[in-house]
Amino acid sequence: MKEIFALWMARNREYYRDKGSLFWSFVATPLIVIILALAFSSESQEIFRAGQLAPGGPTNTQSNSIGAFTTEPTIEVITYENLQNAIRQVRFHQLDILVDTTTITDSDNPRYWINPESAKGNLLEKLLIQDTSIQWQREETIGKKIRYIDWVIPGILAMNIMFSGLWGIGYVIVRYRKNGVLKRLQATPLAAWKFLLSQALSRLSIMLIVSILVYTVCNLFIGFMMEGSHLLLLLIAVVGNLAIISISLLMACRTASEELANGLLNLISFPMLLLSELWFSLDDAPQWLQDLSQLLPLTHLVKAARGVMLEGAGFNDIAPQLLILALMTIVFVTLAGALFRWHSD
Amino acid sequence: MTAILEVHNLTKSFRSLTAVDDVSFAIPQGACFGLLGPNGAGKTTTIEIIENIKKPTSGTVLYKGKPRDHDFSKQTGIQFQSTALMDYLKTREVLALFAQLYPHSQPMDYLIELCQLEDFLDTYATKLSGGQRQRLLLAVALVNDPEVLFLDEPTTGLDPQSRRNFWSLIHEIKRRGKTVLLTTHYMEEAELLCDQLVIMDKGKIIADGSPQELLQKHFDHSYVCIDSQDFHCETSALSDPTEVREDGIAIATSAIEKTLSELVSLNVNLRSLRVRSPSLDDLFLKLTGHHLRE
Repeated sequence: MKEIFALWMARNREYYRDKGSLFWSFVATPLIVIILALAFSSESQEIFRAGQLAPGGPTNTQSNSIGAFTTEPTIEVITYENLQNAIRQVRFHQLDILVDTTTITDSDNPRYWINPESAKGNLLEKLLIQDTSIQWQREETIGKKIRYIDWVIPGILAMNIMFSGLWGIGYVIVRYRKNGVLKRLQATPLAAWKFLLSQALSRLSIMLIVSILVYTVCNLFIGFMMEGSHLLLLLIAVVGNLAIISISLLMACRTASEELANGLLNLISFPMLLLSELWFSLDDAPQWLQDLSQLLPLTHLVKAARGVMLEGAGFNDIAPQLLILALMTIVFVTLAGALFRWHSD
Repeated sequence: MTAILEVHNLTKSFRSLTAVDDVSFAIPQGACFGLLGPNGAGKTTTIEIIENIKKPTSGTVLYKGKPRDHDFSKQTGIQFQSTALMDYLKTREVLALFAQLYPHSQPMDYLIELCQLEDFLDTYATKLSGGQRQRLLLAVALVNDPEVLFLDEPTTGLDPQSRRNFWSLIHEIKRRGKTVLLTTHYMEEAELLCDQLVIMDKGKIIADGSPQELLQKHFDHSYVCIDSQDFHCETSALSDPTEVREDGIAIATSAIEKTLSELVSLNVNLRSLRVRSPSLDDLFLKLTGHHLRE
């Protein structure tokens, strides 16, 4: 145990004495948050957003029933296949009204959903029920307005965890292998797993402290939405962090060139940056892209964090995400441990 | 004297290159054993196979008569040829870190005094001078009080004063009964420190024994040397074999007085005259036709 603690401490020292890594952790991330908050604070969204439900895809709909919306240029009509998903959009003010066009030909009354707290929703409602030939059934869904910044904060925190986990573990191990630090450690009785564990624990503890600080500072300035349990959010951060770290360990198990490591880390991080719903939702994206995003640990990390922060999700709600992240961690760590080499030849 | 380490028919090939070619030797307990040879002779590959860092293509290494087991790394200390230390760790912290990696370690104060680390205990390891770095790496290699100490080119790149300083450290370590295996391409280092050595070239051992034995066996003469600009005659004018070398004219002679009187009679300016005994470099030149530093 004492060797794990000694290496953990040595790595921590390297981290907090390196001004560059401190800047990235403590300055750059809050800066991104604040810039985004300022950029989207005016909420100058002049377009009305109406949703229509069409389980078979857009071609299957009878858009004439919402003709008032389709002819009006200031109203954007978005098609949803999943009812619950669409209702959630209304609840959080992402969508002003949702109309279920599939029920129009049935004997049931066609339904629409609005959020009574949304002024835009009320206006669109008036426009919809002007056509008295249809007996509309009104449904309400109530929820706080989610600003873009509320939605994007879990993504930014996750992005910070991703970059720090990937480069703080993988790149450092590759550098150690290249400059001979690993060779020097190999000459001692130290077991490889103890070395890898100490590196992972150091990065995990650093990232938890950084994440808590960044969260607190940003919250102080912006005051974002937090509906669920902080403890649960911390658990998500730990499990997500371990999944990212384990990918990084796998990348670094044999690589001996820093250039190659950098390329590989970019190859891993870019899909996650774009496809893990950090910045934008993939609801409207093609199915194959959505399926692809399920393979990325960050997707599950962000989904769980967003669930807790925006919807007040409990442990059971996010258990599937935690399970997927834990399984990914086990697979990657096992592979990394089996493939690890102290030096390159 | 019993051998603490034995190397039998060690071979290491990298694709088409055979870096170590069927090398065998035994290192007596408590000796300072040297691997002497020019760069690329296979010294580092040999020592790293013995250290258990590299795997041989074929051949065996025995430690205390048995194959090396898990205890080997606890009982040996290694100073590699080039090792970076962790960034942003101070000398004191590097030493403390490595002490924690062994079940038993020497007292810090002892190592600090032995390797003269007092002046830079709070300096980052990356900011140390060459000599300071080597002393810290030596202290790291000694942290577990090893029975065998491996030193791979420990003074390469050091200035002459740091090198002498390091040599006196090795003497002190030898005095404490440690077995030392040293690689070097400096013949002075080998002559001064090693009780026994093997001379390697192109992956093979070309001579072995104590420095004195080797020189006595291969030479029965001294060298009379003169700078080239003072020597204007034909080399055949002298009765002894005479060579033109980079550093001047070297006359191999077993009768110095006779050589001197021949030089006087040839009107050679004697202001740069030196008489010296043959060195390991002369031996290497004799055996291979090229110098150690080539």
